[in-house]
Amino acid sequence: MPAPRILVAKVGLDGHDRGIKVVARILRDAGMEVIYTGLFQTPATVAAAAVDEDVDAIGLSMLSGAHLTLAPAVVEAIRKLGGDIPVIVGGIVPNPDIATLKAAGIAAVLTPGATSDQIVADVRAVLAAHPH
Amino acid sequence: MATNFDAWQGEFDSSKLRKAPFKTMSGIPLAPVYGPQDGSGEYPGQYPYTRGPYASMYRSKLWTMRMFAGFGTALDTNWRFKEIIKSGGDGLSTAFDMPTLLGLDSDHEMSLGEVGRCGVAIDSLADMEDLYAGIDLSKITTSMTINSPAAVIFAMFVAQAEKAGVHRSQLGGTLQNDILKEYQAQKEFVFPPRPAMRLVRDTIAFTAAEMPRWHSISISGYHIREAGSTAAEELAFTLANGFAYVELAMKAGLPIDSFAPRLSFFFNAHIDFFEEIAKYRAARRIWARWLKERYGAVEARSLQLRFHTQTAGVSLTAQQPEVNIVRTAIEALAGVLGGTQSLHTNSMDEAMALPTERSARIALRTQQVIATETNVAHVADPLGGSWYVEQLTDEIERQAEELFAYIDQLGHGSMLEGAFRGIDDNWYQGRIADSAYELERQVNNGQREIVGVTGYTEGNDEEQMPLLQITNEDEARQLKRLGEVRATRDQRAVDAALGRIAHEAADPDINLMPALIEAATVYATLGEMMGTMETVFGRHIEVPTI
Repeated sequence: MPAPRILVAKVGLDGHDRGIKVVARILRDAGMEVIYTGLFQTPATVAAAAVDEDVDAIGLSMLSGAHLTLAPAVVEAIRKLGGDIPVIVGGIVPNPDIATLKAAGIAAVLTPGATSDQIVADVRAVLAAHPH
Repeated sequence: MATNFDAWQGEFDSSKLRKAPFKTMSGIPLAPVYGPQDGSGEYPGQYPYTRGPYASMYRSKLWTMRMFAGFGTALDTNWRFKEIIKSGGDGLSTAFDMPTLLGLDSDHEMSLGEVGRCGVAIDSLADMEDLYAGIDLSKITTSMTINSPAAVIFAMFVAQAEKAGVHRSQLGGTLQNDILKEYQAQKEFVFPPRPAMRLVRDTIAFTAAEMPRWHSISISGYHIREAGSTAAEELAFTLANGFAYVELAMKAGLPIDSFAPRLSFFFNAHIDFFEEIAKYRAARRIWARWLKERYGAVEARSLQLRFHTQTAGVSLTAQQPEVNIVRTAIEALAGVLGGTQSLHTNSMDEAMALPTERSARIALRTQQVIATETNVAHVADPLGGSWYVEQLTDEIERQAEELFAYIDQLGHGSMLEGAFRGIDDNWYQGRIADSAYELERQVNNGQREIVGVTGYTEGNDEEQMPLLQITNEDEARQLKRLGEVRATRDQRAVDAALGRIAHEAADPDINLMPALIEAATVYATLGEMMGTMETVFGRHIEVPTI
């Protein structure tokens, strides 16, 4: 079985990239192929990159409080391109927002304090639920 | 023969002192500083200032309790500022939202969802007028955490103050304006490094000439540390950036003693208590030596490193957030024992959201307990002479010097060129990411424990505390405000002012501050001024690396 391909992305104006880089390395060390978009992406650029690269999942890192606006926009942008790629959100997400994100089609939300092992397990669970 | 102690005593006796009973709770009188019996050794206010920049330290003046605040519209933040002043905070510090940090107007398509979320939204002079309405800027000092658009926001600030009747020469405060660490760590960059540094040069020259009470730049390790560096990397990258700014200003022909006294620093206070204290002590010593020996500064004020401290946001946990009050108190104490000049304490809920008014007040109270109840501020550098802390100070200094040597060699003998090259090569970014990953690895394999995360998790499932809600109404109100400004201003004056910026940006010998102040005065927006400069300067794009 080939290694799962994950696109990790920073959408919007938030430049905090510590979390996304650490998570990218965690997933890479767990045997996944990780592609990083770089900073300041839009929902449209992330969706296009994900479809082009034919990834198995997208990880969005969000710390600025704009997750309720931007994460559902990424899901919508993928649908518009006819894709069906699960989107995982990680970062600072207050508890009440988790249900809102899931209702908007986000596959999983990783919150602060998730350990490396939990992150890998959660990503694998999402991949298992969305066979490519 | 007069000893170092005698020299210190003379200096101390001529200092103005605060009135307080300087003794322990049980009545034991306390000296302002302790040292070897024979009066040898180094004392506060003595080169290289390991023990503090001033002879009398907190006996003259406690640190400034400077609480960082900003959210929603300028009116929202103005209200919070007034609350801070009412509850005893004595300095303001302004947090801007993401669009403002990146020089975008609130109605830019990339601003959607980000307006007023992480700080206050500022689009034009009209917002700046709301932000400081009813606050006497000749009395209270103001700090502004802004970098890429620092020159523009500063121009709006000066224009606003002068409109309110306070001349620029009376304004006291600090502009963060530390662009190098944006490329290295915080990543809120706009222009490429070289033209961005030209704007830094312009603000340094402008304040050196016209604003004697203003700190043109706050050279910041805070974000480097938050991005994942070690303590020694935070120290070394920050001071190396400081040397780069010194070389930048000297290259522009400014005599070192004309601007060095107005450079200030900003460090993190992380959770490893003694390492942080050693870091601050090493910082002062290194800065003094380099400024004197390498750059030829003569004035004591140029050699004395003064710094602001903020407790470590990354040390806070979303689990059992009340425990964050304890972490913050320990970190704040490290800042005070390390001799900080000002301090921001984080609020317990900041691993989840911007703080509520209540949690921000508790954070301020934490400093007030340290200042008023513990007596720790009675004696300067209380850990000086501890074998442990002295050796840790030496070791952090040694590690920093190794990193300086590398940067110096990258720049072929120029710390300024070394900074540019290290950024281009992704060297800083890579080192910081490596250190962040190493820390994460230690947490995951159990080498490093975090209460409420890796253990002690009973209570994690308790109901979450109420968090500050920023609604989309703030965004809508801000968009309306911006629309009104655009509709009511003198558009011809705006066009002319933007034309002047474009013209002067193209000539690197011109100081852009006067043109920016003119544009601010006629209500040109942040996005318009930044966009105009971008047509000349171009835009920085970081090559993504993991």
